[in-house]
Amino acid sequence: MSPARDQVPEFDEGTPGETAEVSGRVVLAKSEITRALRRIAHEILEANKGAQDLVLLGIPTRGAPLARRLAASLHDVEGVEVPVGTLDITMYRDDLRSQPVRQMERMEVPEGGVDGKVVVLVDDVLYSGRTVRAALDTLADLGRTRAVRLAVLVDRGHRELPIRADYVGKNLPTAKSERVSVRLAEVDGTDQVVISGTEGDR
Amino acid sequence: MKHLLSIEDLSRDEIEEILDTAVSMHEVQHRDIKKLPTLRGRTIINFFFEDSTRTRSSFELAGKWLSADTINLTGKGTSISKGESLRDTVMTIDAMGVDMMIIRHMASGAPAQIAQWTKCSIVNAGDGTHEHPSQALLDAYTMRNRLGDLEGKHVAMVGDLTHSRVFRSNLLCLRKLGAEVTLVAPPTLLPSGMGPWAQAEDVTVSHDLDAVLPTVDAVMMLRVQRERMSGGFFPTAREYAVTYGLTKERLRLLPDHAVICHPGPMNRGLEISGDAADAAQSLVLDQVSAGVAVRMSILYHLLSGEGTSA
Repeated sequence: MSPARDQVPEFDEGTPGETAEVSGRVVLAKSEITRALRRIAHEILEANKGAQDLVLLGIPTRGAPLARRLAASLHDVEGVEVPVGTLDITMYRDDLRSQPVRQMERMEVPEGGVDGKVVVLVDDVLYSGRTVRAALDTLADLGRTRAVRLAVLVDRGHRELPIRADYVGKNLPTAKSERVSVRLAEVDGTDQVVISGTEGDR
Repeated sequence: MKHLLSIEDLSRDEIEEILDTAVSMHEVQHRDIKKLPTLRGRTIINFFFEDSTRTRSSFELAGKWLSADTINLTGKGTSISKGESLRDTVMTIDAMGVDMMIIRHMASGAPAQIAQWTKCSIVNAGDGTHEHPSQALLDAYTMRNRLGDLEGKHVAMVGDLTHSRVFRSNLLCLRKLGAEVTLVAPPTLLPSGMGPWAQAEDVTVSHDLDAVLPTVDAVMMLRVQRERMSGGFFPTAREYAVTYGLTKERLRLLPDHAVICHPGPMNRGLEISGDAADAAQSLVLDQVSAGVAVRMSILYHLLSGEGTSA
């Protein structure tokens, strides 16, 4: 018997693949998203002492365009092309048996692989930490990285695993009942982060 | 989806979903570590009452690469040889708590019957002259990889249609995906009851291979199944090879983009010549390689997701 949906630990996906207008309070507008990504790019370069051996891997759906934007920022700052890819974590999720069958996403590992590289995982929202846990397992099957870092646009708290981000665009304290929607031009046609589901917003 | 017994049970969307997932599964085959944790803790029995190289080993690899526990059984080594009935044997295995049985049996309909007796998922890995659905899916996957979308493509299936379960599954699968099919066989090897297919707009029947070859996008050569033949379906092997074999000379009739498929095992020199089997257009080994990926996708669709626990 499968457990009821509300008993299943929630996977920290920022937003489902919908593009409809999201109502709520805008917490990050386009310019702020751009600024946050630029700051994260600087922080990555500072911590890594340059761009050598860096690989950016975005977690679908919205982590993938974020990783590409970060790579563009790194290029602007440092003038170096940092390899970018996407990491499909579908097969590594811990809720595969309690959810309907999911279609896999595309996996793109840049040429040169991840062996000996400093991999920066990129995602839109950090929530329970279960996506990141799955991403770490996926990475371990791809090769032996030198280090793994985590960059997220929004950290909304409510971790269910001992995981934290190295680079955060915005820390956003939320209630569990609230919903954080990251919308990106590449997927949704617009750039904004919206928080909805709170009494005060209605 | 709980069982895979026949292509008939699948919608076009379901077929395409399985093929799309197989694309990602195929990528795993090229990794250093060929392992996904997806089916950890699931148990799969490969129960093969007939000989098989490709199907059995690729189902076993598919299960192992998805982290399921797999066991192989053949008819010979089981209590069936002591006189136990098929029903009692499968119910015994079922009682051990397995999640899936992959069945190959010489009797058409055996997997569907077993599905009535057990709680676990059943995959038909070839039953008599009925169907071989996973083969049809991997054939479609291989052709789609090379030719693109199969909608409107022309596929010829040539040879022993009467005894071929591969043909039956492929005909259903290709038509669901929108391909046009021509069946080429001597009249003695055309299955009886051709009525409904012969009347379909997208299926034609021909006895002239030379006339069909220049028009195809793919030609699928079927094995002459001597073990299932009880009478004189054709005068001599030599005559069959000359009339219906894909010979070196016939290879030239194929359009440049066309591909050659054969589900194996091949009778070289009978339905397919060595030159054709090893030609650049031949997808025989691509089919084998795709087999594991497509079967991983099948296992994934049947064993993961809501309400699949046995």
